Amino acid sequence: MRPFIYTRADDVSAAVQAAAETSGSAPANAAPVQFIAGGTTILDLMKLDTMRPERLVDINGLQSALGSIQATDKGLRLGALVRMSQAAEDPQIQRDYPVIAQSLQLAASAQLRNMASLGGNVLQRTRCQYFRNTSWPACNKRDPGSGCAALDGVNRKHAVLGVGDKCIAEYPGDFAPALAALGAVVTITGPNGSRAIPFEQLHRGPDQPERETTLAPGELITGFDIPAGPYTRRSLYVKVRDRQSYEFGLATAAVALHLVDGKVEEARIGLGGVAYRPWRSHEAEAALQGKPLDENSAEAAAQAAFAEAAPRRDNAYKVELGRRTLVRALLEAGRMEI
Amino acid sequence: MANAQGPETTGTVAPPLPTPRKTGGIGAATPRVDGRAKVTGAARYGSDFFGGPDPAYAFLATSAIARGRITEIDDSDARALPGVIDILTHRNVGDRVKPGKTFSDKGYMGTSIAPLASDRVWHDGQIVAVVVADSYEAARDAARRLRVSYADETPSASFDSPGTETVSAESKSKEGEKAGQEKPKVGDAPRAFEAAPVKIDQHYETPTQHHNPIELFTTTCAWDGDQLTVWESSQNVYGYQNGLAEQLGLEPSQIRVVSPFIGGAFGSRGSLTQRTALIALASKRIGRPVVLEATRQQGFTIATYRAETRHRIRLGADQSGKLTALIHEGWEVTSRKDEYKVAGTDASTRLYACPNIDSDVSIVHADRNTPGFMRSPPEVPYLFALESAMDELAYAAKIDPVELRRINDTDREPIKGLPYTSRSLMKCFDTAGQAFGWSRRSAQPGSMRDGDWMIGWGCASTMYPTQVGPAAARVTLRPDGAVRVQTAAHDIGTGAYTVIAQTAADRLGVPLDKVHVELGDTALPPAPVAGGSNTTASVCNVVAKACDEIRRKLAAAVTVSGGPLDGADPGRITLINASVMDDQGRMASLKDAVAKTGHGAVEAYAENIPHGAPPTAMQNLYKGQSALAGGAKLKDRIQFAFGAQFVEVRINARTREIRAPRIVGAYAGGTIVNPLTAKSQLMGGQIWGVSSALHEATEIDRRFARYYNDDLAEYLIPVNADITEVQTIFVPEEDHQVNELGIKGLGELGNVGLNAAVANAVFHATGVRIRKLPIRIESVLDAPVPT
Repeated sequence: MRPFIYTRADDVSAAVQAAAETSGSAPANAAPVQFIAGGTTILDLMKLDTMRPERLVDINGLQSALGSIQATDKGLRLGALVRMSQAAEDPQIQRDYPVIAQSLQLAASAQLRNMASLGGNVLQRTRCQYFRNTSWPACNKRDPGSGCAALDGVNRKHAVLGVGDKCIAEYPGDFAPALAALGAVVTITGPNGSRAIPFEQLHRGPDQPERETTLAPGELITGFDIPAGPYTRRSLYVKVRDRQSYEFGLATAAVALHLVDGKVEEARIGLGGVAYRPWRSHEAEAALQGKPLDENSAEAAAQAAFAEAAPRRDNAYKVELGRRTLVRALLEAGRMEI
Repeated sequence: MANAQGPETTGTVAPPLPTPRKTGGIGAATPRVDGRAKVTGAARYGSDFFGGPDPAYAFLATSAIARGRITEIDDSDARALPGVIDILTHRNVGDRVKPGKTFSDKGYMGTSIAPLASDRVWHDGQIVAVVVADSYEAARDAARRLRVSYADETPSASFDSPGTETVSAESKSKEGEKAGQEKPKVGDAPRAFEAAPVKIDQHYETPTQHHNPIELFTTTCAWDGDQLTVWESSQNVYGYQNGLAEQLGLEPSQIRVVSPFIGGAFGSRGSLTQRTALIALASKRIGRPVVLEATRQQGFTIATYRAETRHRIRLGADQSGKLTALIHEGWEVTSRKDEYKVAGTDASTRLYACPNIDSDVSIVHADRNTPGFMRSPPEVPYLFALESAMDELAYAAKIDPVELRRINDTDREPIKGLPYTSRSLMKCFDTAGQAFGWSRRSAQPGSMRDGDWMIGWGCASTMYPTQVGPAAARVTLRPDGAVRVQTAAHDIGTGAYTVIAQTAADRLGVPLDKVHVELGDTALPPAPVAGGSNTTASVCNVVAKACDEIRRKLAAAVTVSGGPLDGADPGRITLINASVMDDQGRMASLKDAVAKTGHGAVEAYAENIPHGAPPTAMQNLYKGQSALAGGAKLKDRIQFAFGAQFVEVRINARTREIRAPRIVGAYAGGTIVNPLTAKSQLMGGQIWGVSSALHEATEIDRRFARYYNDDLAEYLIPVNADITEVQTIFVPEEDHQVNELGIKGLGELGNVGLNAAVANAVFHATGVRIRKLPIRIESVLDAPVPT
């Protein structure tokens, strides 16, 4: 870890101003000023020397503005400083948005969930060791133009969807695929004011791996709006991983279904562990539309979801595993009693 | 050793003895005596020692290549940082530190690769510089600002890599024979295999694994004139002392190594690493104590590891399942420089009756650091292969896997026909099998199901050599019953403090809380390396011997004319209830007894050379050489502990997650000094067995011969949620040949064979045989769902 300046912000505009002061052309994820909330990602990466911010702006003091959960008939509003455990244990979220609660509950460990904020959670960075460990010389994400060691290296956990020839790093989180599936909107405040964008537009593709999001330096995620839909109660999260807890998913599926007489009126599908960024499979959703939910239609949706998969040597299994995970999630969601 | 109870005196009937106070004695389930110190933070581990009031801190810089030369180290940025004091590189170290010889070469080192001896890089993550600064933070920052340039060469990573060199382990046969590492062979195995009506011929593979003790690799060094003190967690303090003396050109007596508590070791702290001498040198150069705490990632490359292995097993049997041929060939990876090997054919050829046996071990030199001991070093990989093959044979011969073991059970080892001192293998199978419910198993693979989960049941044998080392101990008894036991043994978390205290309490007849045990310090009498599961047997026996010497001294004093037990037979004096008692039940207080000796306290120093160890064993022990005797190395007998492992796996029929919710093991280990700590030890092993089968593997980027997943987020071990039910059962066993107290080491018995039991259960669940560890989702993803 290198020496850095630590400051606390008392309100959102002060935080954003503090972060904007020294910002240059670097992408937000590599800007010299970074926000810190739970610190569960950034402290690790600073100790590893992967991230080298000059200044950290602590936003934990914004709890009153950004720390609440509000549920109305229109939808769910989650402040960016809500802790993962707080949302996971909220009875109303568990009942009305089970996929949100489950995606959080199945992530990380109890200790991490108690610290990590929702805003920070969606910005967690890949587990690709070629990125995290700076002794590997080739990483386009860390050092643009240096190449990608993972393409022909150890890539068992890497992505098969949405990848490019510059980077195949997996987006590791669980909450984000659930947000993508439910069509959440992310609210952002920056030096130039506030804006709201579909969550699906928050993360970028692999054309410039060093630039992970569409956030500008100094922009702060303030919360998430998740619209209520006829499918939100019949929703769940299936996470398949190497061990039972405290481990990232090899393949995960966030699904929400609106069933009428056994037919799929509307389906929302997010995928995790298999994609470069939080993934929503519109193809799989379309494949299910109007179909009776059964093994065949679920399998067809899974085929559609992974039709464009581009596996490498060690992660080829993720295509089949990803399909099966989605089939399992769809059929389990179909059996839910709501 | 004299029996505590003398020969029966004829003609008199001794009155019934008062019920001895057994609390905390040998055989009592006793909570750890150091438990409170550990959970309250009072126990001090290596890096809790700072060597003095004003220490400096070291941080390592390690190589980013696996093979080549350092062409330049630009340290200008690093030196410019405030607080940086010194930077050690090959340019200012060179031959000031000798490489030392490896453990398997009669030395003390884990590797003979001396990292700062020259510009040469031998493996990934080799130390290339040691930065010393006023603070840890400054040292770390400076280490990262070093710019090291390399002329790199294409490295050879492992098996099948171009440029590796494969040699037969026979190249050192003379030395090997002396060390008991022969190539076990009997009869004509190839011919018998050809002729066998039932055959198995398969290849098996185990991965690279790292110990990852929770306590990081740390070293603190401080000099007082030409006297060096080293605080470092160690499984072999005398070995470290003597090894460092060789490396630094000192007399062993100039070095003290202190290691009272150890935060996990598993073999990783058995041999001396190259970092220690460098920190000693750094401390000498700057005239201050130096504290090093290596990072978790550095721990993967500056210490040893369990090398990947390959095996070919050929089993031949007749129609009844009786083995007629067993051929076990092994291949193991090592460094370019050292011929380290575990050669587990020693054990795998001694498990079952078989008239025709052959074995061979080869080592493959690659551009890696030298591997080393990791819990049950030979048995974990070699019994994975053998016990998987036995399961395959059971299916081929259509015999229940437990019955196959019974059919091939024996009371003599098959190579030389030597008798086992005790062998409770089938008792263990029957006990564990009953607890597990094995009789309810449906033999057909894929035939057991619970909803979405396919169920598989598997079993395997475990064995571990019973080894005893030479040991010394000093015991002091004061008139108030306070006992002090001193021996440089090591409590690596196994409960050594507790079992040693129990032994002294038992032999001296005092309550456990009166016994104070001091371990892990070269200022104390020597004990062997805490390896090979020998500590309880070696140390408890020598402590008992010293206690018996104290009893003899007291007995002589109290039975003299005019003494408190005047006229009693000194041979029938016992120590009990903090008193001295004769065979008539007459008691004298310890206070009076000690006073009668004319001393303020009674002290005894004892040495013990176990059966089969050379007469020079004690002299060598003071030189840090442990000379463990036992296992298959004895000329007149063979001594192993045995057990049976049973596992249930559940595999999701669709997504194929593999979980092992139920583990049952039964073990026989002779005298169990402390059932509580012994159970913990075995249970930890069982859980590690699941880890070894389903989780643990260090991935290597073969292009660069570098480790990929070098931290505990990416190197998986089971979490609590993975381990639901573990049963650990002791099968009673008495074996007074192995040593006076009848103790068979069981620290490393619990994890052996369990990996095979898991693989066998996976086969039973799916019908797919996985011969390569770890077994992961992708290993069984394509297995058809049984109907």
